[in-house]
Amino acid sequence: MSDIKKIKDEYIDKLNKENNIDKVNNIKSELFGKNGIVSNEFKKLGSVSIEERKKLASDLNNIKDELQNKILIKIQEIETKEINLKLEKEKIDVTLPERDIEIGKIHPVSQVIDEISSIFSEIGFSVEEGPDVENEYNNFTALNTPDNHPARDMHDTFYLDNNKELLLRTHTSPVQVRTMLKGKPPFKIIAPGRTYRSDSDQTHAPMFHQVEGLHIDKNINMGHLKGCLNYFIKEFFEVDKIKMRFRPSHFPFTEPSAEVDIGYEIKNGKIVIGEGNKWLEILGCGMVHPNVLKNVKVNPNKYQGYAFGIGIDRLGMLKYGINDLRAFFETDYRWLSHFGFDPLDVPSNYRGLSR
Amino acid sequence: MKFTVDWLKNHLDTKFNNNQIIDKLTNIGLEVESFETSTSELDTFMVAKIVNAKTHPNADRLKLCDVDIGGDKTIEVVCGAPNAKNGLLTVYAPPGSIIPKNQMKLSVSKIRGVTSYGMLCSESELQLSNESDGIIELKNNEYSNKIGEKYFKNTSEKVIDLSITPNRPDCLGVRGIARDLSAAGAGKLKINKKSNLKYRGNQNINVTIKKEKAQGCTIFGSCLIKGVTNIESPKWLKDKILSLGQKPISAIVDITNYVMFDLNRPLHAYDADKIDNEIIVRSSSKGESFEALDNKKYILENDMCVISDRSGVLGLGGIIGGTRSGTEYSTKNILLESAFFLPRSIRKTSKQLNIDTDAKFRFERGIDPLSIEEGLIKASELIKQICGGEISNLDVKKIENYKKTIINFDPFLFEKTTGFNVENKELIKILEKLGFNVSKNKKILKLVVPSWRPDITQSIDIVEEIVRIKGYEYINTLEPIKTRLKPTLNYYQKLFHFLQRSVASKGYLETVTWSFTDSKINQLFRENDEEIPIVNPISSDLNVLRNSIFPNLIFYLKKNLDRGFKDISLFEIGPAFKGKNPGDQMTVIGAVRAGKISRLSWNDKERIVDTFDVKKDVIQSLCEAGIEKDDIVIDDKTPSYYHPGKSGGVYQNKNEKKALAYFGEIHPNIIKKLDIKTEGLVIFEICLDYIKESKQKIKDSKSEYKFSDFQKSERDFAFIINKNFKSQELVNIIKSADNKLIKSVRVFDVFEGENIPEGKKSIAVNVTIQSEEKTLNENDLDNINKLIISSVESKSGAKIRS
Repeated sequence: MSDIKKIKDEYIDKLNKENNIDKVNNIKSELFGKNGIVSNEFKKLGSVSIEERKKLASDLNNIKDELQNKILIKIQEIETKEINLKLEKEKIDVTLPERDIEIGKIHPVSQVIDEISSIFSEIGFSVEEGPDVENEYNNFTALNTPDNHPARDMHDTFYLDNNKELLLRTHTSPVQVRTMLKGKPPFKIIAPGRTYRSDSDQTHAPMFHQVEGLHIDKNINMGHLKGCLNYFIKEFFEVDKIKMRFRPSHFPFTEPSAEVDIGYEIKNGKIVIGEGNKWLEILGCGMVHPNVLKNVKVNPNKYQGYAFGIGIDRLGMLKYGINDLRAFFETDYRWLSHFGFDPLDVPSNYRGLSR
Repeated sequence: MKFTVDWLKNHLDTKFNNNQIIDKLTNIGLEVESFETSTSELDTFMVAKIVNAKTHPNADRLKLCDVDIGGDKTIEVVCGAPNAKNGLLTVYAPPGSIIPKNQMKLSVSKIRGVTSYGMLCSESELQLSNESDGIIELKNNEYSNKIGEKYFKNTSEKVIDLSITPNRPDCLGVRGIARDLSAAGAGKLKINKKSNLKYRGNQNINVTIKKEKAQGCTIFGSCLIKGVTNIESPKWLKDKILSLGQKPISAIVDITNYVMFDLNRPLHAYDADKIDNEIIVRSSSKGESFEALDNKKYILENDMCVISDRSGVLGLGGIIGGTRSGTEYSTKNILLESAFFLPRSIRKTSKQLNIDTDAKFRFERGIDPLSIEEGLIKASELIKQICGGEISNLDVKKIENYKKTIINFDPFLFEKTTGFNVENKELIKILEKLGFNVSKNKKILKLVVPSWRPDITQSIDIVEEIVRIKGYEYINTLEPIKTRLKPTLNYYQKLFHFLQRSVASKGYLETVTWSFTDSKINQLFRENDEEIPIVNPISSDLNVLRNSIFPNLIFYLKKNLDRGFKDISLFEIGPAFKGKNPGDQMTVIGAVRAGKISRLSWNDKERIVDTFDVKKDVIQSLCEAGIEKDDIVIDDKTPSYYHPGKSGGVYQNKNEKKALAYFGEIHPNIIKKLDIKTEGLVIFEICLDYIKESKQKIKDSKSEYKFSDFQKSERDFAFIINKNFKSQELVNIIKSADNKLIKSVRVFDVFEGENIPEGKKSIAVNVTIQSEEKTLNENDLDNINKLIISSVESKSGAKIRS
């Protein structure tokens, strides 16, 4: 028995020092093969007295377990080492650049239109559209701006025919006319879109964007107009407080008419909306003129309401600090990358208007 | 409309200071554009001292002067004056100045080889006197400490510049502005002094207003002033004219202008001696002409309202006078005109002839028809006072009488419109101060509209007057009403939104370009659409509406390539115009992609963008927007601006006749014509209008969830087939062999050349077969295999590759 114990200690020692998987396997067959040392010891059990056998067998089994366990652990140990070594060799430089990311962008005008639509959607407006080419009637006459009226001079119009019958709409207001002609009151719409005036300098582009608003119902008054615009401006500029001023003005298609200024100041070269003593004109609005309602077959004695028109590009410039209107339309890759928005950045109420 | 506060105070008793007046003007709708000292052309002239005068090296009679112009600055001026000498204080005009005498603008110039920076002035050059023999000699004791300062004191008051909306002609005169301010509580409107003018004799130049259909004049008032001495205006009048930003001309002209701006009453003064016998107000005949006071000759059309005499046209009534009867310093007798012209007639004529004058601007907006006499009297008084003379009786010819506008106003409309209430008493007070005559009839107010307010015709105009004067700050800010009448966006608006963001998410930068474009580029993309020219384009290279979105996109792509960008993906979503009528437009996405993929990549092989890149972008975008991928059909018919062999059309399903999208390489001829320098250029376009809304909402289609857990098998086939045979068709043949069992067919290799006969190609496909009822055994699979092969061979003429 002491022999076998000695052998065990010897092999444990051997295994401890061994690092080669084949050699460990050799040891395994040396011990447990057909003529292995341990196997032979078991064979010897038959020649031992019964009293001794029990004890011997038990010892022998313990030794066997111990050795087998040791071999198993050793094999695992070596294998782990080998794998680790292999993986170590496979190491790559993860700081190398990834495959090209293709970053697309949404144009600021589109983003601002979506912001505006989201805000007005919250207070129940739906979106209407109209064609870019309009007839003279929808763009002017129906809007209480008869021919030979100086108010037409306020709009430098692009014409498509010499009779001045077809033109590029000078504002989004003809969508009011179209909407009211094809439907029945009440109306509650906004109409964003392209508008055109033959005017081009640093602050004017021959094409720009407006959003029209129209709310007609039985008892809509100027208080609702003020409330609606106050809500919109606050939401749009994402500020808690807004300074807003209604100033009497004149548009042929609204009466009374107003221009709306918002308070601002310049801080560190940047415009801060809602503070300060300076005023910035941002939109025109008013109560829809009874003549307009008559022209679109809505009874002005029964229905009344407000309309407004906002310059989208200008709002975007104010909110996002863009200085040059012309750059909106010049497709400079650098400008688009800089001022564009991520396509996943969809303005919404629950996710927030902007990041 | 410009005026000074002083001028305003001629009409308004007020305790308001300037800022209060400015705020009040803004609050009642008279927008203040600016409030500043008017600049004058005379501002540039300054007091200067000749430090050193020496003889010009190349001309004995000229002198070279070093001139001290203050601020330690000395400049060199060439001067021809004999009195230029050391130490002389005089007046210096720097380059850019306009010399009053000849209206010449000075520039830096070389005089006999020496550069002269400006000029030293004589009294005559500054129109101070006729003294032209030498430069001005300023008194030492008065000017020695003023070197560098302005010679002409701009003592003018600050000028208020109002932007008057077209509905308010009455505020194109200072009195009208004063009236508005008084109504708003900013003071009291002064009562006009009764005139104690003495008239002598009759206006003996006969005036006739012809009764014609197109007659643009309804009242012609006049008086004759005999024996005047036309002189320069006195300072107070000059100052008024200057504050308007205008140039004083002579007392008579200045007075008529002054009255126009004071009362909004345009007048015209004729040299009575130049009038041939009589005045005839009539419509012009085509071809008549006259030389106007702007020194231009105008050739008239039919039916323009002219003031004429027996010899012909004297002037365009209410727009501009003529040189033939103009007043001069020598004028002795004048005929003063104060008339009423119809706004439409004025506007039409001035548009046709492209003339804009202060009188025209006023008449087309509407002048008070009852101000004829007032204007004549005020101007005559001033003329008599400044130029002397005798004034005849006033002669007023009319072909139409003024009709009062009367409005029966229900004060309830005010509250109904504005949402707040103003007591009747206050309301009446406001209206009366604005010049309305108010009488009460139970609840209704009977209002006689003042004759100077042609803009007021109905009750809503009265509401505006009251709320404007009362103040917009009284309007409440009500909580928005959140009621919704219908969904925010309709299907096509949602589609717009989806596709826009979907394309952007493929790496394209969205741009917005003009709806118009250059006809020369448009031509390349126009196909069969009509060209839509703009009658008055902003420039010749933006002269047509775009028939396609590509002309602008390609133009700007080229600009960016020229900026040095190589790999560019751009798109725009917007209108493409198909005709010139409203609605002849489609909403289109156009996208361009240029350059390479994996340029300078350390791990991937770089390659030029190709048709299948944009095909992926377009198909994926469409799928993301909700189009069923399996229904999509591709064909190879595309517009002519695509590469005929490398482009395709996309159809929503096999029944659609119209392609909703195209993709592919752009035609090489276009690249060449537009000189685009890029390795590769592929484009795609989607026409949103051609996309059909799915009949099923997503909430209804989601419920059909079906799947099979039985084992699926994959089989590969390779067919030798005609080169022109489309893979799409092959896939369809295979699928239709057994629609139930064949789950998918994937083309994984296309090969031509070696071992493949001429005119043929090899297509290898991988077919996934799976039953929804059982696990297929070898026998089942064999049968499917055979069926696939036989279907393909019989329907396409292909041969299975062994």
